[in-house]
Amino acid sequence: MTRLLPGTIDCDIHPSVPDLGALLPYMDDHWRDMVITRGVEELHSIAYPLNSPLTCRPDWRKPAGRPAADLATVRREALDGFGTSIAIANCLYGIQLFFSEDMAAAFARALNAWMAAEWLDREPRLRAAIVVPSQSAELAVAEIERWAHDKRFVSVLLLVGGSRPLGKRENWPIYAAAERHGLAVSIHAGSNYHNPPTPVGWSSTHTEDYVNQAQSFQSALTSLICEGVFNKFPDLKVVLLESGFTWLPAHLWRLTKFWRGLRMEIPWVDRAPADIVRSNVRLSLQPVDGPPDAASLNRLFEHLQSDELLLFSTDYPHWQFDGTEAMPDAISPALARRIMVDNPRATYARLGALQEEVA
Amino acid sequence: MNVQLRETAAIQPAGASRLTVADCDIHPATRSEKDLHPWLERRWIEHIAQFGKPGRLGWATGPAYPKGQPNASRRDALPPEGGRQGSSLSFMQFQHLDPNNVELGILNPLGAGQGVQNPELSAALCHATNEWQIAEWTSKDRRLKGSVMGNYEDAPSAAAEIRRYAGNPHFAQVLLLTRTAEPLGARKYWPIYEAACEAGLPVAIHAFGYGGSPITTAGWPSYYIEEMVGHAQTSEAVVTSLVVEGVFARFSTLKVIMVEGGFAWAPSLAWRLDKVWRRLKAETPQLTRAPSEYIRDHVWWTSQPMEEPEPRAHLLDTMGWMGWDKLLFATDYPHWDFDDPATCLPLKLDEADRRRFFLGNARAVYGLG
Repeated sequence: MTRLLPGTIDCDIHPSVPDLGALLPYMDDHWRDMVITRGVEELHSIAYPLNSPLTCRPDWRKPAGRPAADLATVRREALDGFGTSIAIANCLYGIQLFFSEDMAAAFARALNAWMAAEWLDREPRLRAAIVVPSQSAELAVAEIERWAHDKRFVSVLLLVGGSRPLGKRENWPIYAAAERHGLAVSIHAGSNYHNPPTPVGWSSTHTEDYVNQAQSFQSALTSLICEGVFNKFPDLKVVLLESGFTWLPAHLWRLTKFWRGLRMEIPWVDRAPADIVRSNVRLSLQPVDGPPDAASLNRLFEHLQSDELLLFSTDYPHWQFDGTEAMPDAISPALARRIMVDNPRATYARLGALQEEVA
Repeated sequence: MNVQLRETAAIQPAGASRLTVADCDIHPATRSEKDLHPWLERRWIEHIAQFGKPGRLGWATGPAYPKGQPNASRRDALPPEGGRQGSSLSFMQFQHLDPNNVELGILNPLGAGQGVQNPELSAALCHATNEWQIAEWTSKDRRLKGSVMGNYEDAPSAAAEIRRYAGNPHFAQVLLLTRTAEPLGARKYWPIYEAACEAGLPVAIHAFGYGGSPITTAGWPSYYIEEMVGHAQTSEAVVTSLVVEGVFARFSTLKVIMVEGGFAWAPSLAWRLDKVWRRLKAETPQLTRAPSEYIRDHVWWTSQPMEEPEPRAHLLDTMGWMGWDKLLFATDYPHWDFDDPATCLPLKLDEADRRRFFLGNARAVYGLG
């Protein structure tokens, strides 16, 4: 088993909102009234059914209620459990699913306030992503601006599936704000389900939905590159979370081949897609959707052609591995150090400085 | 990429390959819609003249995204006697089948009625296309084999069409497209698989189609290149659907050939499917084996557009993970991203693997030769 190194940064953990009531103190009178008067239900998405084995590892399940829903639990299971020095909280709550931009903005604002007060204020090892109402770039930017002064927020959280492709110009103000403030843009598995969860329609199983997340990431990466997001925002760092990574080489082969044949259509893309990924895109380690044998996994690392792409993650409390075996044995010590320590620090501009303070 | 610079005035063997090849993706075209009239009832000819034949797409004619060039075809593939690229058998023979030593050519007619919203019109056009393949292509050149077309959105009618041609030596496979109204593993399509198994025909699933869903899970992208790259994601979703919904568990003799959607994604998808299935298998009791085993036994891939990693040797890992018996050579003639058998596989290959790739695998999967 590959031991975790001191200074390891976990780029993807998921503290849960225990219930909608937890956010009410952080909402203004109007929205609190709306929630109560209209009987708004818990904002759980079908992406992670509560009792699905993937949603929570058996030893992290609670007799009742959501997993990872209080600080003591997250400290014990995630921070102390893995001995990570820093963990980034990417809170998955169905705010992106609303059709009303205003309602989404009200909940995002409450969620971030709750995250700051209940988690970040109380645990110095925690960092968080700003949850934004991605339904509206204008409102999303307002939310980014609200929290940008707080350096414990290190990224902006978006879902990979949505209404319109992420590279589209309507989203560029979000990327501009993130770049301006040194925030990474984290794109997490999941969707607002305003489009079918596969490109050929609605599947009938949770299994297909989850497997197809990898295809959603492929399309999102295509969109970001082809629309020229990284030409416009060269310092932007995009992190794909819970994306898997073994699909990346094959996807870049195909994208690069068609870029060679069709670049007249997107002349602003003046570098090969693989080069753009190496400079601007990172992926989280878990889930390792890789081959069962060490030799093949190492061949895949060679296909990635960079030791800077992967960032350590546990995906806590999702059940991706058992015990503390977050790092596959096949990974060489040099690559392991990069994944656990160096790459996350190089990716999240706000981590470098803060980590020194923590140390 | 799209204009052949090599001289084809004299008929010669297939360049460096020096092998006879099976081309598992050739696109024959009609010179005009009139070519299908001999097999269309008068009411459909009149219907098309008045109302067209719309699919789940806003444009009255043409593709969702303007292609990279007219008809997405090689500019040098225009027949000297006129007509669209791919519409002349004699020019196809001269430009492609003879010089490239094609021993077996599989015809995949596109835009020929599949995806047309009117279910009866779709079925009528598909039937006409089946008869047209025999009359204009397969009976005139024995190297060519047709695809049984049917209106797959009305599976019983497609199944009836498959049964009509069962045992007919002019046909080598059933043709579906990836982008259907529902994922192809859905129950509504199962009569097609049942009929294909009965007829002993593989089911080819060609990228493209008109199901109405955006080609990304985040909606419609801006560019043609995104659609072209996206055919890999749709193909992955189709394989996932076929496996997880239990199509292979139910139809144990079914052979599926994924056409023009890429193949290098196959190992990664199989690993991911296995991993997720192990965790979520309570949801899919219909699966009695790991997803990768169903894929290994039931799915083949055509090679074009050939993946081009740098260094190229990485492709050998991929092909090893897939299995050398799983890849079928294809050119996509006369389309712009044509793969030339002489140059498409610049790898140092074992001669046996090379022969399997260019010919042996296709003979085995089609049960021909």
